[in-house]
Amino acid sequence: MTGRFSWFNATSLTFGFVFLYLPMLILIIFSFNESRLVTVWAGFSTKWYGELFQNEAFLDAAWVTLKVAFWSSTFATVLGTIAAYVMVRSGRFLGRTLFSGMIYAPLVMPEVITGLSLLLFFIAIGMDRGATTIILAHTTFSMCYVSVVVSSRLASFDRSLEEAALDLGCTPFDAFFSVTLPIIAPAVISGWLLAFTLSLDDLVIASFTTGPSSTTLPIKIFSAVRLGVSPEINALSTIMIGLVTIGVISASLASRGLIARREKEERLAQK
Amino acid sequence: MTKLRRFILIFVPYSWLVILFLVPFGIVLKISLSDIAIARPPYTPILDLSTGWAGFKEYLSQLDFENFVFLAEDRLYFLAYLSSLKIALISTVLTLIVGYPIAYGMAKAPNHWRPTLMMLVILPFWTSFLIRVYAWMGILSQEGFLNQFLLWTGLTSAPLTILNTDIAVYIGIVYTYLPFMILPIYATLEKLDDSLIEAAEDLGCSRLSAFWLVTAPLSKPGVIAGCFLVFIPALGEFVIPSLLGGSDTIMIGKVLWDEFFSNRDWPVASAVAIILLLLLVIPIILFQRNEQKNREANQ
Repeated sequence: MTGRFSWFNATSLTFGFVFLYLPMLILIIFSFNESRLVTVWAGFSTKWYGELFQNEAFLDAAWVTLKVAFWSSTFATVLGTIAAYVMVRSGRFLGRTLFSGMIYAPLVMPEVITGLSLLLFFIAIGMDRGATTIILAHTTFSMCYVSVVVSSRLASFDRSLEEAALDLGCTPFDAFFSVTLPIIAPAVISGWLLAFTLSLDDLVIASFTTGPSSTTLPIKIFSAVRLGVSPEINALSTIMIGLVTIGVISASLASRGLIARREKEERLAQK
Repeated sequence: MTKLRRFILIFVPYSWLVILFLVPFGIVLKISLSDIAIARPPYTPILDLSTGWAGFKEYLSQLDFENFVFLAEDRLYFLAYLSSLKIALISTVLTLIVGYPIAYGMAKAPNHWRPTLMMLVILPFWTSFLIRVYAWMGILSQEGFLNQFLLWTGLTSAPLTILNTDIAVYIGIVYTYLPFMILPIYATLEKLDDSLIEAAEDLGCSRLSAFWLVTAPLSKPGVIAGCFLVFIPALGEFVIPSLLGGSDTIMIGKVLWDEFFSNRDWPVASAVAIILLLLLVIPIILFQRNEQKNREANQ
């Protein structure tokens, strides 16, 4: 429908978005509050950001979190893309139902169960818990998300392009890297981003699978906010919200650019 | 050669999932049948393969359903399951009430507005879940913004206790899971042919009855998908009840966590996990059916 908003739709959208954004806006505003009381405004100050950057424990946790998120999302992207390829392309094989079940189950599995089962597994095999075990845990559930994202792109992909490359003498390996991968790249990239934010965000599974040496940022934040609201956490949240906003907006602009470019190339190729 | 390559491609993700998803789950099942013990690890029996077949039989004979009997007899666990179901159900309905008009407004918005509105709905989803829950702590507390606002407008004369009650949990779930409700409903409403509604209005329907007779039934698949996407994770939710809920808000995710971390009773925690999963099997199967039906309808 073109034209304008009806008053009813305009009101429901306004209320909806105020509800979605006001809490975060209040959080951001009060990160610049002078007072330690987070609900009473006492003047503008950036001192909580200063305190945050002096807090070694938070900085360490942030570093661990980024490391875990980077490696787990990278592994998850590789494994998830292979899994998607297997699901879409490999036809029937022994245990296919089990395989697709294992891809979809972690998406609906409560985090407490995933976390508990992985912890009991790591204990059973006698593995020391720390950053490595969190990476393994995050890779496992993120790869399922990646494979769902990538397989929907693979399913809509024109196979004749790949066949043409094979006919022209490419090895299947070359055909995948020079034809298939560039076409599914947007889905692979969004899969990686999704896996990265899922890992960055996860409290429950990380709490179960971590050891005493590695604390991630969500674990740190959770133990701090359990005691109540604190301006340092507001400052930290503001930084995280800011980074995510910049990331999501630039990713969506980049993918719009990519799609526009590909459409232009396709048009040129058809001439 | 191609056979080998195909085998490797299948083998790598397959074995990863078997080792890190299926086997751990088997361990939970096994420990749920064990007994608590003051040892490391804190349960018995422990499988010792060096004792051979006789040892394995002995081991099997020590497993029992005692923990499940305990869970069935202790009212606390039964109430926890019941109240998780209640909270998940009520919040799903509330999320639908809040989410439907937003999805409807988006679907009826001018075309050039839609990508922006879509982005505005997805953006909170990328933002940390924990932070979004935390944001409400400052709003709902005794001296929080909501109470300040209510006192200022004169709607209440004394601050209301909202934080650490079930109401705060409802608000938290509606807030954090709202995008999951909006997106599938929006997807069905967007595809809806406007001429159907025009036809209904031409045939004498009022706008409201056209909505009830045409739009609402056609958006049902999206509504069902959205409800499951909220209900399923809400049932096992841990963060929201532990930050916004009170000591009398019992949800099963929190019970499992406490059983494991505070009581260090691994067998009972595992049994709680198994029952939670059994509780989820029905909605998950229904959800899959609904998705399957939608896919077939779209083809």
